[in-house]
Amino acid sequence: MIREEFSFGASVMHRLDPRLKLLAATGFSIVVALSTRWMALAGALIFASVLLMFARLPVKSVGPRLFAVNAFVGLFWVMLPLSVSGSPLYSAGPVSVSLEGFALAGRLTLKSNSIVMAFMALAATSSIGALGAAMNRLRFPEKLTLLFLLTYRYLFVIQEEYERLKRAALMRGFKPKTDLHTYRTYAYWIAVLFVRASARAQRVQDAMTCRGFSGKFHTLREDEWTFRDSAWSVVLTAMVLVLVMVEWSPVSCS
Amino acid sequence: MLGNPAGEGRLPNTLTDKEMHIAEGILSGPVLAAGAVLTLAGTGIGLKKLDTEKIARAGVLSACFFVASLIHVPIGPSSVHLIFNGAVGMILGWGAFPVILVALMLQAVFFQYGGITTLGVNTFIMAFPAVCCYLLFHGLIKKREIWPLIGAFATGAVSVFFSGLLVGAALFFTKEAFLNVAALVVAAHIPVMIVEGIVTLFLVMFLKRVQPEMLTGENAPRTPHERIGGAEKEVSNP
Repeated sequence: MIREEFSFGASVMHRLDPRLKLLAATGFSIVVALSTRWMALAGALIFASVLLMFARLPVKSVGPRLFAVNAFVGLFWVMLPLSVSGSPLYSAGPVSVSLEGFALAGRLTLKSNSIVMAFMALAATSSIGALGAAMNRLRFPEKLTLLFLLTYRYLFVIQEEYERLKRAALMRGFKPKTDLHTYRTYAYWIAVLFVRASARAQRVQDAMTCRGFSGKFHTLREDEWTFRDSAWSVVLTAMVLVLVMVEWSPVSCS
Repeated sequence: MLGNPAGEGRLPNTLTDKEMHIAEGILSGPVLAAGAVLTLAGTGIGLKKLDTEKIARAGVLSACFFVASLIHVPIGPSSVHLIFNGAVGMILGWGAFPVILVALMLQAVFFQYGGITTLGVNTFIMAFPAVCCYLLFHGLIKKREIWPLIGAFATGAVSVFFSGLLVGAALFFTKEAFLNVAALVVAAHIPVMIVEGIVTLFLVMFLKRVQPEMLTGENAPRTPHERIGGAEKEVSNP
């Protein structure tokens, strides 16, 4: 049900320091999200594809994810040509299809895809544990990092619990339909999940208190900053800077 | 799989799965920045109210919401996954902000819907209605007779509808030409809103009967040992 399949691997991307990857993904996505020039967006797509190739993620899993992004973006391809005013390509009565609408939808598509691809290559190639440690070392609020790690820790426990309840419902012949009985069943199902989670939370809390939990998450993880990280931080910074220059240089190149 | 048309937990790939998230690369800089600032403020308040002793509780409940929001509920020939932000608000109050933020961070890493730049906007879209519904309706839920039913339904329905409006607003403030997309998104929320209202009604009424202290918005039972194991109740020391 929930798998962090992208975090397994031995590619260059997988072995980079998660702090570097987190910062690079942030810088890259902010710059791309603010870009409007075609040159900058095309460059972003190329950089993101290169990063994705270095990450060597399974195509079988990357494909559906990109499809999901483009399903949302697809909506804009249908709607924007109708609503953006500009030179009409086709018009019938009050309805006119504008070139500017297609251009805007095209830019959105480039942006979305390059940001998601870069995110897959950079952030999703780290395990949650590594990301949590990186957040800690990047001085994220302690409580937030802790919440992030604890949520991840109990995700699978709760999921297991949910599967158990599901098996029980199935055994009694529960078939979901569009009716009140189904909705009530789902509601009670989730409510039981909450009640049990709450009881479990109390036990977890007590156990943590017993062991002297003081609000700090200790980890044995030691990420060494290597030469590879330094080299890649130069490459990634250069990528982002090139995009910034193309987008914000006074010479218009699009 | 339960034999429902869309098995829960598969990789979401339809539009209905994504209506609560605005994808990366769509919104304008000012909208993204506004979302980030508002979420930062809300998360600040939420974390402040979340003592270190309550952090494990919040983590376990947050995992619970994550799992619950992956469950697909049939609606006509299709299926939707519910959001449960109203219920999050009712159980955690302001804690909804950090909990939803963390859930979205995990979703970004697991499924890549939403990403870094939209994290602020998407968190605010879900968490702000959650907190509002908590503040508006938690009084009703404590009452008797028909009032809790109304309050619980409203918690589910209003939070989803409000979230839909915020999605619409984020799109509209990015570009006025997005108005028709925004309208479509808001309209797509209406069936979800009704189902979410019904499910939240049953959910909240169940909790009110079984474990009313969970609905305080403070995410902790009054006495530490009150409810260990659910059934047996220890008498806490005075």
